[in-house]
Amino acid sequence: MTVEAILFYVFGILAVVSALGMVLNIRNTVASAMSLVVTMVSLGAIYLLLEAYLVAVIQIMVYGGAIVVLFLFVVMLLNLSTDEFPPGKQRVAKLAVVIVGVAILAQVLVALGQAPLLVAQPEAVPEGFGGYRQLGLSLYTDYVLLVEMVSLLLLAAIVGALILAKRKID
Amino acid sequence: MLIEATVKVLFILVVMVVGIAPVITWIERKQSALMQDRIGANRADVGGITVLGLLHPAADVIKLMTKEDVVPEGANRVMHLLSPLIVAVPAISAFAVIPYGGVYRFGDTTLNLVGADIDWGLLYIFAIGSIAAYGTVIAGWSSNNNWSMLGGLRASAQLISYEVTMGLTVVGVFMVFETLRLSDMALAQDTTFRLFGFLDRFFGLDWRWIDQVRVPAWGIFYQPLGFLMFLTAIMAENKRPPFDIPEGESEIIAGYHLEYSGMRFGLFFMSEFIEIIIIAALTATIFLGGWAVPYLSTDTIIGGISRFFDVGFATCLCILIHFSTFMLKVFAMIWVQMLLRWSLPRFRYDQVMSLCWKILLPLSIANIFVTGLVLLWVKG
Repeated sequence: MTVEAILFYVFGILAVVSALGMVLNIRNTVASAMSLVVTMVSLGAIYLLLEAYLVAVIQIMVYGGAIVVLFLFVVMLLNLSTDEFPPGKQRVAKLAVVIVGVAILAQVLVALGQAPLLVAQPEAVPEGFGGYRQLGLSLYTDYVLLVEMVSLLLLAAIVGALILAKRKID
Repeated sequence: MLIEATVKVLFILVVMVVGIAPVITWIERKQSALMQDRIGANRADVGGITVLGLLHPAADVIKLMTKEDVVPEGANRVMHLLSPLIVAVPAISAFAVIPYGGVYRFGDTTLNLVGADIDWGLLYIFAIGSIAAYGTVIAGWSSNNNWSMLGGLRASAQLISYEVTMGLTVVGVFMVFETLRLSDMALAQDTTFRLFGFLDRFFGLDWRWIDQVRVPAWGIFYQPLGFLMFLTAIMAENKRPPFDIPEGESEIIAGYHLEYSGMRFGLFFMSEFIEIIIIAALTATIFLGGWAVPYLSTDTIIGGISRFFDVGFATCLCILIHFSTFMLKVFAMIWVQMLLRWSLPRFRYDQVMSLCWKILLPLSIANIFVTGLVLLWVKG
């Protein structure tokens, strides 16, 4: 096995185990959030192994860093304990989660069965493919309208959040 | 390949972490003593020899190593033991992308004085830094102490806020140098530009002095506002005074590291000082020309020396000159941080937040906008 393969299996197993740790750890919400961080960072490491550097950095910076820190902030602020999640009321939710999970798994398995796992040598990508220059260029030339639309949507969301959070608007 | 990597890792660990970080604790003590009209650390001695108090860092390390490592009652043991590592490891690994010098040619072989010369160097540092934030937050949460918890909450709010702003303050620099690779940034600053060139370019003023007033092409001259904002944001990210609200000795005792003792406290302490070096190295690289000697480009230096000696020796000497220049700038920036730390009082919590969201963020976006307009004007 090459070094890349070993690293892939290490991070892959880490990602799966910590994802399970996040879902199954119902006692301790902070530990569960930290498991999510480990999942995100391991995914970032797998992207690194795929030489998708920008995606890896964004994965770690945005998902691993910013978003889960916000989760953690809220979780710590609320300081939830097990009493606030009485086991009886979640049966429907749990059932729904299991059904969705099985459906996704079935779909993945069907897709894997149809497509050959090892494609012949893929075509070489052009120099700098997927780097920040190419991403920036295509975002701000070809897709500039979409970017602007998304930014408007985000602005509306920020204003909405402000109005919801501020009890008294002066 | 393997040998080169080992040498680089050893350099970072031995020189930057074990060598310089403890010396900075000494600099901090002496600087504060100087500013408060005291003598400062001068008692630790080996057989009566004190070496200006330089033995104090060694005494500190011995003390911290031998102290008892207490985990408080009711704490989450695993998290409590892990969080100093989550803070320290990213701080140390950020050294990997700092250019300590340029790329030098010895006949066929080239020598690159960057640990990992990656295209997304600055993004790497931001990503690594965002992971380090967890250490502080988790330290506060896992200690089972209300003051620590408050410190952890404050830290999480402050760190997320300033991360966003810190990224936006340097976008102007990316636009000017058209790169995120730190070694390319340093290389781009190894020249000069006409400070009043715009008079000639846009107003057609053909004054002779315009050609002669040249300044080094450093980031600070292109982005003066960006420099001030970046320094503010990254110092706030390091949680040292005047931004030390997660620690706030007078309010929440020591905040997130209140319940830590021995070398685990030492790790928090050390990583703060390691981050001081990182901040200094980053600002030196992005805004102060990195290893570049002002008004003397690499070719000038090597060309000048090789007139008297052979080229290989001239290149070696040039490496030495560049490395010392870089370290000089790094120590200058460390000193600036010490000055700020000992002269400014602590911000209140809401002041730190409004400084970030109401002043730095709008200003940095305005900075990006103006930079973009000027670049369009100059280039297109």
